[in-house]
Amino acid sequence: MDQPQLVIIGGGPAGLAAAIAAREAGVQDLLVLERDAELGGILNQCIHNGFGLHTFQQELTGPEYAARFIDRAKALGIPYKLNTMVLDLAADKTVTAMNRTDGLFQLHPQAVVLAMGCRERPRGALNIPGTRPAGIFTAGTAQRLVNIEGYLPGRRVVILGSGDIGLIMARRMTLEGAKVLCVAELMPYSGGLKRNIVQCLDDFGIPLKLSHTVVDIQGTRRVEGVTIARVEDGRPVPGSEEHYACDTLLLSCGLLPENELSRAAGVALGPVTGGPLVNESLETSLPGVFAAGNVLHVHDLVDYVSEEAAAAGAHAAAYLRTGAQDAPALPVRAENGVRYTVPAAVRPACAGDAVTLRFRVGGVYRNKTVAVYAGDACLVRRKRPVLAPGEMETLRLPGEKLRAAARAGAADITVTLEEG
Amino acid sequence: METRELTCIGCPMGCALTVTLDGGAVTAVAGNTCPRGDAYARKEVTHPTRIVTTTVRVRGGTLAAAPCKTRSDVPKGKIFDVVRALKAVEADAPVALGQVLLADAAGTGVDVIATKAVGKAGKN
Repeated sequence: MDQPQLVIIGGGPAGLAAAIAAREAGVQDLLVLERDAELGGILNQCIHNGFGLHTFQQELTGPEYAARFIDRAKALGIPYKLNTMVLDLAADKTVTAMNRTDGLFQLHPQAVVLAMGCRERPRGALNIPGTRPAGIFTAGTAQRLVNIEGYLPGRRVVILGSGDIGLIMARRMTLEGAKVLCVAELMPYSGGLKRNIVQCLDDFGIPLKLSHTVVDIQGTRRVEGVTIARVEDGRPVPGSEEHYACDTLLLSCGLLPENELSRAAGVALGPVTGGPLVNESLETSLPGVFAAGNVLHVHDLVDYVSEEAAAAGAHAAAYLRTGAQDAPALPVRAENGVRYTVPAAVRPACAGDAVTLRFRVGGVYRNKTVAVYAGDACLVRRKRPVLAPGEMETLRLPGEKLRAAARAGAADITVTLEEG
Repeated sequence: METRELTCIGCPMGCALTVTLDGGAVTAVAGNTCPRGDAYARKEVTHPTRIVTTTVRVRGGTLAAAPCKTRSDVPKGKIFDVVRALKAVEADAPVALGQVLLADAAGTGVDVIATKAVGKAGKN
């Protein structure tokens, strides 16, 4: 088998954008490995519109957005293998994978882009009491069943969690003839985009019950009902229970970056995101291993996944040209409501014109200013009328200011929220 | 005078809009940060529309169903009519991206088009 210089693990939006950018930066010898039977990843089952407003200035559906990148990758002649499962990534970047055509095989690339995406938090990770009948699905599983396989997984539905997939599935199940009784959300705010609350719940009169959770599931063979209770200070309030007769419970309770391969390779992972800790070049703790998209941190919009992954692909190409860059790094500290940042460290010497910094906040904040400091020097200040955990924030840190701060002796970078 | 509170859906910012109406006519829009918010608010209180996305069954395809959408937005009150009209539609593979699956869906004057190519089963 040919030995590519660059292996991209995952053929979803992140992997495709990384591969296109790497090829456009001159990498001839690359290979995309995809475990599904087609390229495009989770976009294939996201048949709703709203994708691509930033990238293409139009509202595309998931499959249409994916097709733009798949067509571009094919036009560039980028090689890929479908139905191919990567089993292991070693610290020396050996990739062990298998499929039905090639059997078990190993690749020894000089660079790797991690683009494996994320998966949904399952019931087992939520500790919901009750029986264990059929009829409990993650929202994304239900989405695949309805949109790709052509099955309706239930007729009377309760949804736990107001993440975007849960909201989208509330509308989707309703359009397919199911009755969605309510969406219960543990937190006092929704984890989903506002447009989805308007278009998926309000349009169909589906109630959103904030500060509520499922405290019991009934049924032996099939779900027969669930009990929902109000939550105060993290605990269900006795006497607030409401019973819903239903045959299906959908779970939309968060996404977890899928990093089994990264962990096995010894890539350092962040405690908040569950994704690799990367520098300004989206390079992980293993030189030559880059990460982008939902494997790195869960994004709200695919446009940002594409943008980030294109950067990772370009940085991988630069690594193949020039090798590892040894330069001092400043750690980035997230403070005062900022939960995490990507990147987690910045090497001012490698920052180029600007570094894109993305982060999420831990609660709903109004009339705040996002400020970034390197040592004592303020790099950026931006007023934000509203900040919410469901929406990712993006800032550009000017490279020249970063380098000047480093010369002045800055030891770290701080991202914080200030009043006003 | 009557006011209505809306959440703008023009972009992920989700601005909180306040629309003032006088006898069904919009007299003011507040809370928007761009012109799209103003346009959305005026439309949403007078004649709200949506793009409908769903699937249609495919005969002999590599997939059981093809995703589809209304080519442009349709009146909000017509969403279920469009979906119901599509229940009767079955497309023969191959289906091309952008192919019209149902012309003039439910009398809206808007075509429903495939949003993904579906190949013939047994071929690539």
